[in-house]
Amino acid sequence: MTNGFETRNETLAERPLGSVSRIVAVDWDTLAPEEARRLRALGIDDGATVKLAHRGIFAGRDPLAVEIGRMTIAVRRVHAEAIRVEAVADAGAKLAIGADAAA
Amino acid sequence: MSRPIRTVALVGNPNAGKSALFNALTGARQKIANYPGVTVERKAGRMALSNGEPVELVDLPGSYSLDPSSPDEAVTRDVILGDQEGQRRPDALVIVVDAANLEQHLVFAQELIALDLPVVVALNMVDLAKRDGLVLDAKALGEALGVPVVETVAVRRRGLDALTDALQRAVNEKHQAPFFAADLDMTERRVSAHAIAQRALVSETRTRRMHRGLDKVLLHPWIGPVILFALLFVVFQAVFAWATPFADGLEAGVGFVSERVAAILPDGLIRDAITEGVLAGVGSVVVFLPQIVILFFFILLMEATGYMARAAFLMDRMMAGVGLSGRSFIPLLSSFACAIPGIMATRSISDPKDRLTTILIAPLMTCSARLPVYAVIIAAFIPARSVGPGIGLQGLVLFALYVAGIVGAMVVALILRRSVAKGAASGFIMELPRYQWPRLSDIALGLWQRAWIFLRRAGTIIFAATVVLWLLLSFPQAEPGESQVDASIAGHIADGLYVVVEPIGFNRDIALALIPAMAAREVAVSSLATTYAVDSGDEEETAMALTDRLSSRWSLPTALAFLAWFVFAPQCLSTIAVAKRETNGWKWPVFMLAYLFALAYIFAGITYWLAVAAGL
Ligand SMILES: Nc1nc2c(ncn2[C@@H]2O[C@H](COP(=O)(O)OP(=O)(O)OP(=O)(O)O)[C@@H](O)[C@H]2O)c(=O)[nH]1
Ligand SMILES: [Mg+2]
Repeated sequence: MTNGFETRNETLAERPLGSVSRIVAVDWDTLAPEEARRLRALGIDDGATVKLAHRGIFAGRDPLAVEIGRMTIAVRRVHAEAIRVEAVADAGAKLAIGADAAA
Repeated sequence: MSRPIRTVALVGNPNAGKSALFNALTGARQKIANYPGVTVERKAGRMALSNGEPVELVDLPGSYSLDPSSPDEAVTRDVILGDQEGQRRPDALVIVVDAANLEQHLVFAQELIALDLPVVVALNMVDLAKRDGLVLDAKALGEALGVPVVETVAVRRRGLDALTDALQRAVNEKHQAPFFAADLDMTERRVSAHAIAQRALVSETRTRRMHRGLDKVLLHPWIGPVILFALLFVVFQAVFAWATPFADGLEAGVGFVSERVAAILPDGLIRDAITEGVLAGVGSVVVFLPQIVILFFFILLMEATGYMARAAFLMDRMMAGVGLSGRSFIPLLSSFACAIPGIMATRSISDPKDRLTTILIAPLMTCSARLPVYAVIIAAFIPARSVGPGIGLQGLVLFALYVAGIVGAMVVALILRRSVAKGAASGFIMELPRYQWPRLSDIALGLWQRAWIFLRRAGTIIFAATVVLWLLLSFPQAEPGESQVDASIAGHIADGLYVVVEPIGFNRDIALALIPAMAAREVAVSSLATTYAVDSGDEEETAMALTDRLSSRWSLPTALAFLAWFVFAPQCLSTIAVAKRETNGWKWPVFMLAYLFALAYIFAGITYWLAVAAGL
């Protein structure tokens, strides 16, 4: 979404609890191949909309629970740090890649 | 019929209900539970199509794609592509998809349809979709996918006839080329999955999603761990408090039978074999059935509701601290039942070092075979008084023993991950399943299965080990005035081991019990019971409860050292065998045996000497 403002490069790990974001890019290279594959299989990919639902306790507030589509998935903070996102208004955490293509 | 029986495989994402469907169609009793990664092996069964033709149905581990990221997913790929040894390539597929999470499940479904095999899609869990406010059109979905789609509710056996009908047509009618190209990538499939799911969707009412509210509490950073801890605490209190009346009843029953047998049968070896070997020995283990059933009641409840995956989430931080992932949590939790399914469940762990570490520490989780050992010692030496409102001391000690196993496992994992199983820190990526209300019939069936396994163990391995021990204890016969145990073969063997275990406070009777207990931990209990029965003067003494004998013969430091020993000691042949199979060789099981026996010896010794020093 380009609205004249500079694109902010936040990672999912930095987003506040309960916020909805759209994934703009994932640094797949920083992740182990199986983990990258598993994340992709669960729908983590460019354009997907995710909601940060829960965070763990203690230092690092690890792990994180992320709502994507009709699923809730648990990921570690390192994964969330590889996921770059932009904020969107809460539209019910839909899978946006499909929506874009269908539109 | 001349051609060989046809094979049909059940495939789909994890937790779609494949095993539930497999059970419904074949009458099998495969484990089903509400978390991803329950099935880790292929399993075959028989079913009949609607024209009576028998087919082989194969249940497979859940997978997200044909590009595996863990050993269990590799099994699925190999079977479907015909690369699995000893398994014919399936002639048709039943693709199981979760109606309440269609978009996600259709990604893998398209990949499977593209394989160009006869296919039927089971649109499962339509009841849950309805609960979540979704109305779907199976026919529209079938048109979009180009394959027959049948609505099912596997756990209520709904849609089974329609499914076997559709399957029969699919395997016998001329097969049409699939709608989907084989060379699409995951992103392209996801785009079309979305479009197809939209076409199948009739209406969607936004319902208050029950699991969101529950997760707010159960995954809360502070409340969540408190609830988990409190829950585990209640479980161990219940194991003692609820079981007592039943266990007392069973014990009285065994005592009564023993007295009757003594009254009916004439004096002699047969009578002794029954009263001392079977009733005293095996009976002393069977009385722990109520405890086992209560423990499993809670485990099954946690598995069926979906709480288990939440527990993994909450424990992940601790696991990360020692270099493991929350993925190891479920295998470790299964190990509370028994280390064997626990070790098998590690197949869902993708990282090999992570998996190896989990296999090596799985025997430290307190399996249900330890429960009789712990319970008999606790009942004999720990007074049944309460140390606070609703907190019994016995339950507290049991809880402490479980915690000791967990802490031990974590410390060992920490060391292994920095030495023999060194590797990059692994992640934790897991789907948290929707909450479900547990079905009572499933829980009852699960309990019955566990109870049966326990009784079968008592009737086979424990029985055999105890009878052999009884024979070794009964010959040669003692001279008048001499103790039978001292004179026996078993007594002489135990004298040898006694030298080794004396420094850690064990007596000769314990040395005697430890050898047959290699077969299974419960045998330690039956062996002690048999030994004391052989050693007793008259029938009344033979029928005496084991706990009473123990408390009069052992010192408290010895009893505590015995408990500490069993926190660590790898006394289970089956665990060693399965560790060998899962690690492809003797290296790791031997390592496991060595380190666990070393820890058992050291900690039993420390416990004994500390207790003596404290004047207990
Ligand atoms: N409400 C409802 N629950 C179902 C249905 N089918 C299965 N379940 C439940 O869903 C959970 C998963 O079922 P399983 O049969 O173990 O799933 P699976 O596909 O074999 O899972 P993996 O072996 O992990 O791949 C269990 O708790 C079942 O009781 C259904 O049609 N309706
Ligand atoms: Mg299964």
